Amino acid sequence: MSEVERPRAVELRGIVKRFPGVVANDGVDFDLRIGEVHALLGENGAGKSTLMNILDGLYQPDAGEIRISGRPVSFRSPRDAIAAGLGMVHQHFTLVASQTVTENILIGLDRPRFRLELTRYDEEIGELARTNGLRVDPRAKVWQLSVGEQQRVEILKVLYRGARVLIMDEPTAVLAPQEIDDLFATLRSMTSEGRSIIFISHKLGEVLAIADRVTVMRRGRVTAAGLPAASVGRRELATLMVGREVLESLERVPMPPGAVVLGLEDVEADGDKGVPALRGVSLEVRAGEILGIAAVAGNGQSELAQVVTGLRPCRGRVVVDGDNVANHPVRDAIGHGVAHVPEDRTGVGTAPNLSIVDNLIMKRYRSSPIAHGWAIDMGAARGVATQLKDGYEIAAPTIDTQVRLLSGGNLQRLILAREIESRPRLMIAVQPTRGLDVGAIESAHRLLLERRAAGAAILLISEDLDEILTLSDRVAVMYEGRITGLFDAAEADVGRIGLLMTGGGGEDRSRSEPVPAAGGVG
Amino acid sequence: MDLQLIVAAGIATGTILLFAAVGEILAERSGVLNLGVEGMMLIGAVAGYATAVSTGNAWLGVVLAMLAGGLLSLLHGVVTIHFRADQVVSGLALTFLGTGLARVLGEGLSKAGAISLLPRFTVPVVSEIPIVGPVAFTDQSILVYVGYLLVPAIWYWINRTRPGLHLRAVGEEPAAADALGVSVYRMRYQYVFAGGLLAGLAGATITLAIQPGWFGALTVNGRGWIAIGLVIFAQWSPFRAAFGAFLFGAIVQLTLSMQLPPTILGFPNPFFEYHPNTFFLDMLPYALVLVALVLGSREAMRKRIGAPAALGIPYVRGERGR
Amino acid sequence: MSAGPGRPGLSGGLRYDLRLEPRLDAPRWLSPALTLGAIAIALVISGVILAVVGADPLRVYAHIVRSSFGSVGVISDTLVKATPLILTGLACALAFRMRLWNIGAEGQLLLGAWAASAVVLLPILPAGTPGLIVLPAMLVAGFLGGAFWGLIPGFLKARFGVNEIIATLMLNYIAFSWIQYWVFGPWTEGGFQMTEQFPIEAWLPRLDDLADAYPALAGLTVHAGFLIALIAAGVVWFIVERSAWGYEIRLIGDNPRAARYAGIRIARNILLVFAVSGGLAGLAGMTEITGVVHRLQDNFSPGYGYTAIIVAYLAKFHPLRVVPVAILFGALILAGREIQPSGVPAMIQGIILFCLIASEVFLRYRVSLTRRAVVPAPGA
Repeated sequence: MSEVERPRAVELRGIVKRFPGVVANDGVDFDLRIGEVHALLGENGAGKSTLMNILDGLYQPDAGEIRISGRPVSFRSPRDAIAAGLGMVHQHFTLVASQTVTENILIGLDRPRFRLELTRYDEEIGELARTNGLRVDPRAKVWQLSVGEQQRVEILKVLYRGARVLIMDEPTAVLAPQEIDDLFATLRSMTSEGRSIIFISHKLGEVLAIADRVTVMRRGRVTAAGLPAASVGRRELATLMVGREVLESLERVPMPPGAVVLGLEDVEADGDKGVPALRGVSLEVRAGEILGIAAVAGNGQSELAQVVTGLRPCRGRVVVDGDNVANHPVRDAIGHGVAHVPEDRTGVGTAPNLSIVDNLIMKRYRSSPIAHGWAIDMGAARGVATQLKDGYEIAAPTIDTQVRLLSGGNLQRLILAREIESRPRLMIAVQPTRGLDVGAIESAHRLLLERRAAGAAILLISEDLDEILTLSDRVAVMYEGRITGLFDAAEADVGRIGLLMTGGGGEDRSRSEPVPAAGGVG
Repeated sequence: MDLQLIVAAGIATGTILLFAAVGEILAERSGVLNLGVEGMMLIGAVAGYATAVSTGNAWLGVVLAMLAGGLLSLLHGVVTIHFRADQVVSGLALTFLGTGLARVLGEGLSKAGAISLLPRFTVPVVSEIPIVGPVAFTDQSILVYVGYLLVPAIWYWINRTRPGLHLRAVGEEPAAADALGVSVYRMRYQYVFAGGLLAGLAGATITLAIQPGWFGALTVNGRGWIAIGLVIFAQWSPFRAAFGAFLFGAIVQLTLSMQLPPTILGFPNPFFEYHPNTFFLDMLPYALVLVALVLGSREAMRKRIGAPAALGIPYVRGERGR
Repeated sequence: MSAGPGRPGLSGGLRYDLRLEPRLDAPRWLSPALTLGAIAIALVISGVILAVVGADPLRVYAHIVRSSFGSVGVISDTLVKATPLILTGLACALAFRMRLWNIGAEGQLLLGAWAASAVVLLPILPAGTPGLIVLPAMLVAGFLGGAFWGLIPGFLKARFGVNEIIATLMLNYIAFSWIQYWVFGPWTEGGFQMTEQFPIEAWLPRLDDLADAYPALAGLTVHAGFLIALIAAGVVWFIVERSAWGYEIRLIGDNPRAARYAGIRIARNILLVFAVSGGLAGLAGMTEITGVVHRLQDNFSPGYGYTAIIVAYLAKFHPLRVVPVAILFGALILAGREIQPSGVPAMIQGIILFCLIASEVFLRYRVSLTRRAVVPAPGA
């Protein structure tokens, strides 16, 4: 049987899925051959995750057909998909943090029948892990594991259930370059055993590195189906992803070194579980520069942002414009002109059921012109809100619209509008473009660079190494709560940074890939 | 003041709290906060008593009491699980509803006269063990012994069985359970119902075993709320709940017995001398719950553990957070 | 949507799915419509239960309407019952706006009544003090007494994270015994469950007092407390909707993490809100004993603090809406005194609250009926 005639592992035909206000999938076709790695490429919001959630049984399609190994199927729940041999490794892990690896893997299975004899299953799962080259201790509790190890648990979950088709949703978002190499090796060994893999991503470089074929989606439709990865170029893929010639034409104007705005001296802090998160961090950020922090999730960068903005107690000194604000209330940091674009847009950065007006005045309701004695001058507040909504192009029906109805991109525009308008001396931006589409990413980057040109000091914390390298004047690497490296942008080398991000151990496996300064996406 | 009698009576009244608290632990472990325990207990109390009065069969009363509590809890379940309403407010509404309904249904019951209660007995051999025997195994209602058996059984279920694994997963990270095919809705309904059954049982324990009779809303008199407080104190562990319930019962019995004798430890008894002083004794159980709450909350803050992570948050597949 | 190539509609078919889908926004008429619908359904359900226990629901409802709005006299009585409900309703609405579940309005009401009584019974002010001094003093005492009782659970929550629902409830029971001690003990009148009557200077003026000048007002029991309640409603409205503090309250209520990120001190607000909320309930206690019974008695409150919770919820926590809702429930309480069985008003309140929260789902979700082709997997 020729390549074309072999039954497909998975076929999707004419899939349609609508959500309130948006058509996530608009007649999508997709097929997966046995033993291949097929990448599903698209920017955030293109509909890739929705499509895969349908395949995984989490959603039901409004129209369309699914076939597994040639047979039409209908999944009413993830259980049906699992029974059909599909296994999804989600972008946001679905693990019970307080339970062990083995317990997490056993959830939903029919064995053990009643009594929970974990030791037997510990051994079984340990063996499965070893066979597949996934290093993890089955008896460890999930909250004790690193992000990379947690991902291995997710993979073991689907392997243990005999998955023949794996769906990996943005698996590299939380990994350091070396861990990405490990993951790719694992994926290749799985395909050599006859398993098939769907690889969802918005990162061009990785897609080209691992995939056999590529399907590109944009705005709910397929713009290119099943292109052989070997015969297509980055530029072409980028255009298919975004629909126009993509040139991120942002320039970083050389700025003369300014005064030190933020200084951390030997800062130590504990994380939420009482485990030390910052172990003696010292750094400086000057006016007119962007200092990027490159780190894998869970190495203290979130706590770093919290310590500077007053949301977490610490030991050591945090000096803003000459004043030590460590352990001072959040109000003090705000008063010192510290703006904070938080990691969690909906959980921390906004109040979902309040209006756009209410969310925009969050940092300025105590000062004129909005404050009026004890009262709030609603007229002034609304005026400011209208101005910001127009100026920052926040797409919404009115300024009274509840913020929970805004898309991710508009939510971020709102937050940036609020934080930037106060003309801050210091900006802490944490994961500022996570989950945003290209247009929103571009405007966010533009705004940050404008602030930099206006003389603000910016601390940029991001898991997206490309973003760090594009925007930063200097790059600091964090690992396990310490700064393990500090570079000027010109000297930054992805290989070396990647090594430092994972503790710098092991052989030197640096890739000497040129750093993309402009052009290309992802 | 016979200490032995006091502790034995404390165990008896503590059993009421025990059933209610363990039931609430089951519901909360699955992620559903049910504040309607007071209402469910009262409905169980009136259903049990009314059944025993009209049929003369106390056991039938127990069954119907449990069913009544369970049915009422399903109301809360539908509204919070399927309709995704706020669990706090729904629980409060359930309390109002259960309390009012029970008062309406129990109209006239207080004049019903004496009824046959559930059997009491002494366990042979075990009741001979010094200290523990005469207190815990002598002349107690059968429901007390049921309580002794229930606690370890529930602990085992939660921590050492497969269904218990799923229960814990559903209460901590329902998305994880859902992705692996566990029906979050069905499990939550089941455990909310179980909580209702046990709350109904607690109500029946009052009217058919420990404090027989129907006294309107005073029949339960806040013990449903005390049970919820105990759950926090117990850090969601059945054994600690049992300990708390019995301790509480014993202390309450102690304060009751303090009202009668003319002297206590040689000093004139202030509660005997001036009767209004006994109102301070009435306050004691509730003040104790406050203390238990503070202790439980501080420990939770210290150990950074606490309620099941998904407690109080409705689960919607695909939606994250509130 | 075919059933597969070459096998038209054999074992497949159409399936109808009834689902709840998130709603983008709701038309403005939906919320009041749902509220009215919920109340209507609640009345029907209550009627059924009443019929089951042998009462005639229509007669009961008619009686409620007549005995609360049937004449000027009973309207006045309704407003009297509504006065403490407005104040406790405001107390609950304010706290609930911040998602602070103050279930202790009843206890705070009792402590306010006690503190106000202490002014004349302890006595704090000597006998014969003119009303112009006594009444404001009792007002302040009432507010402070309730505020103090509210600060206890507030402190426990702010400092130890103690669940305020249970804490406030326990304090309700303690407050109840506290009143009993004083009423049966040091302040008792002949050992009955009440204190001696307050001196005339400590009586809140009522419309009936003006009967000499305006004979039409004879017999009307509405007292100055109603005015106090209305003023309080206006003040609370201003606080919540127009002041900076109210903004903080609303922000904390919607997303405490965002409030903290914005620099708001949450612990301080917990204490403040509990104090003001408790104080408002305390005022309710004060107006009730100085305007209606003119003494402190055991059990003088038919559960105002609990009904207030439903009032606040029905008013969607909006201070001005609390007033008409409180009047409605005042009617229910007034008429409910004469209804047998005695648990009926409480039961109706519970059912109303239940139907209300069940109806709210339709504000956030739409019911959708979709058709889907179900394609089963035939043999390979």
